[in-house]
Amino acid sequence: MDIGIVGYGAYVPHYRIAVEEIARVWGEDPAQIKEGLGVLEKSVPDKDEDTITIAVEAGKNALLRAGVDPKLVMALYIGSESHPYAVKPSGTVVGEALGLGPHLMVADLEFACKAGTAAIQCCYGLVKGGVIPYGMAIGADTSQGRPGDALEYTASAGGAAFLIGKDPLALLEHTLSYTTDTSDFWRREGADYPSHGARFTGKPAYFSHVTSATQLLLERTGYKPGDFAHAVFHMPNGKFPVNAALGMGFARQQIEQGLVVRRIGNTYSGSSLLGLTNVLDIALPGDRILLTSYGSGAGADAFVFQVTDHVLDRRDRAPLTEEYMARKEYIDYGKYARLRGKLKV
Amino acid sequence: MESAPLYWRLKRQKYNLIGTRCVTCGESFFPPRSFCPTCRRRGRIEEFQFSGKGEITSYTIIKSAPKGFEQFAPYTVAIIKLDEGALISGQVVQGTPATIGGRVVPVFRKMYEEGKEGIIHYGIKWQVDGTAAEK
Ligand SMILES: [Zn+2]
Repeated sequence: MDIGIVGYGAYVPHYRIAVEEIARVWGEDPAQIKEGLGVLEKSVPDKDEDTITIAVEAGKNALLRAGVDPKLVMALYIGSESHPYAVKPSGTVVGEALGLGPHLMVADLEFACKAGTAAIQCCYGLVKGGVIPYGMAIGADTSQGRPGDALEYTASAGGAAFLIGKDPLALLEHTLSYTTDTSDFWRREGADYPSHGARFTGKPAYFSHVTSATQLLLERTGYKPGDFAHAVFHMPNGKFPVNAALGMGFARQQIEQGLVVRRIGNTYSGSSLLGLTNVLDIALPGDRILLTSYGSGAGADAFVFQVTDHVLDRRDRAPLTEEYMARKEYIDYGKYARLRGKLKV
Repeated sequence: MESAPLYWRLKRQKYNLIGTRCVTCGESFFPPRSFCPTCRRRGRIEEFQFSGKGEITSYTIIKSAPKGFEQFAPYTVAIIKLDEGALISGQVVQGTPATIGGRVVPVFRKMYEEGKEGIIHYGIKWQVDGTAAEK
């Protein structure tokens, strides 16, 4: 059965703060940080933006591309680690704002940065099982790093939405996950900022899970790295995905289009998904795309998509990811601190 | 500020810009009206979905905001003539500044929060065209 991405949409807030500006405040060397992290600037949400508003904007774009009656969308799963409410699902507001429901399955998902891809898997299963005609999966975040922490250079805001159903613009050929109990990054209920195991976050966490999920998927499907026109890996910074990709035998040009982290930072649940929307914006019918997300805790979801002819007539119905990345206004650290509520009065 | 139950009833209209239109004369209304002032008893009213696209007819910048909105100040409030006819007042978000005659598109944003522990209210604001917005 032909099930996959029927429509997709991106959203990135318009403010940016440059690495130079954050480094200036903390007396660090910006050249060294840009080189070390592979990030030049990151997106910052406005005061009136949060995971819910970002999810709505991305969801609108996905519906525009799909051209599907919103009433046929019968599931909405939103993955985020910055849901505005601890109790009251973001999906209730987003569903109503998108004109979905009330005949609608809703749940907010959490799995650090990979909750959005987990949402795609949920929708895929429900559509494939014939339970619903269409389901919407969204990954969105307005993530925060503790002032002065290395995460402050990358933690940003953005999101992407995918309408899953039949007659797709990108067929979902295969998906699987790889999950273990690994405490590399966490945030306790009520804490403002996350904690992380510093150096621990690399090898046993990100690289081990991303590589294991990807290799397992390649084994199952029989594909080799060279079979993919594009590959997207979760982007906590601009270095990890490049090293992971090259280490598995992918070439630089296969991951180039998906590396949105350099210009917008790590949008957490939106991160690998905005890489995917940026790839779909230029992909050609027949292209195979590999996507592997990563969520601390830890796990990775891997997917193989094959682009269909529908991408050509649907992609121009909504703004491209590039348009959101190019639309920007730089702010200084003072405004940034005010917007992000980092000043406690 | 509206009470919670009233806000809840008006939510669908506010989130989706659903107003009404008089089928007899074609005039559209937002907020929705159940009676056409022109056609009176000859008027026939039906629900109508506005696109939200329109044009700024006037605007003002609020520097000292009322209670509940302080964190958003300074912000721009405009009167917008929707493409389908009705006039609506609303907030213009940061980005390209408002100008008279400027094209706007709707965006979904936080309107206000009832303190740190209360409900967060969402709704439609407007964004001056920007290439990314109008399609
Ligand atoms: Zn009338």
